[in-house]
Amino acid sequence: MDVIKEDQVLDCTGMLCPLPVVKTTKAIKELQSGQILKMIATDPGAPPDMEAWSRQTGNELLRSTTEDGKFVFYLKKK
Amino acid sequence: MSKSDPNAPKRLALIASKGTLDWAYPPFILASAAGAMGWEVGIFFTFYGLTLLKPKLTATVTPLGNPAMPMKMPFGPEGFQNINWPIPQLLMANVPGFNALATTLMKQTFENKGVATVEELRQMCIDLDVRMIGCQMTMDVFGFKRDDFIKECEIGGAATFLEYAADADVQLFI
Repeated sequence: MDVIKEDQVLDCTGMLCPLPVVKTTKAIKELQSGQILKMIATDPGAPPDMEAWSRQTGNELLRSTTEDGKFVFYLKKK
Repeated sequence: MSKSDPNAPKRLALIASKGTLDWAYPPFILASAAGAMGWEVGIFFTFYGLTLLKPKLTATVTPLGNPAMPMKMPFGPEGFQNINWPIPQLLMANVPGFNALATTLMKQTFENKGVATVEELRQMCIDLDVRMIGCQMTMDVFGFKRDDFIKECEIGGAATFLEYAADADVQLFI
């Protein structure tokens, strides 16, 4: 798998719904179009929620994976 | 923005009718999640839900009449925390301070699990420009004044909410 180089990291470890979604929105607002946010979460609801968030906001979910038992998302600002 | 505009964002219209701690969560969770997805959101706070617009939130929870509420402790070893205490409703009704205890335990449980407080969720909704409408009729009935509520809310009636909800993609009564 290709390495994705993120421009910003957001750690939502230990947070439950709806915090990862709300904090991701806040963080992505700080980025420029085309930049990439790496978001880390432990909420088991995060993978389906981030897919829905991506579809609804139009910010592309480049990759949804797990690293060291945590959920990791790479999101590209539209 | 009206739905006649094809570029208008999706819209969520909620009615928050309950003012207990357990029922304070659903409207603020859904509103903040929808706001985070770029939706327009409006919440109509009516009857006991109106108290969720007070500057200082005092929402409590009671296991009385709430028989499905798990009675678990937020501290101690895991085996202890997993015990669902079978406390009879009649006993709870007669122990002074039981509601305060149940409220403290629920708040502690939520904090331990990483759930935001109702105050934090409400502030997120404000930051996401969620429209909050306090029910004028409820104010009149229970003797509240405009100054009893946060400045970020507006006051309106059924027609105000219905006009907003008519153009909504999702409408929910909570």
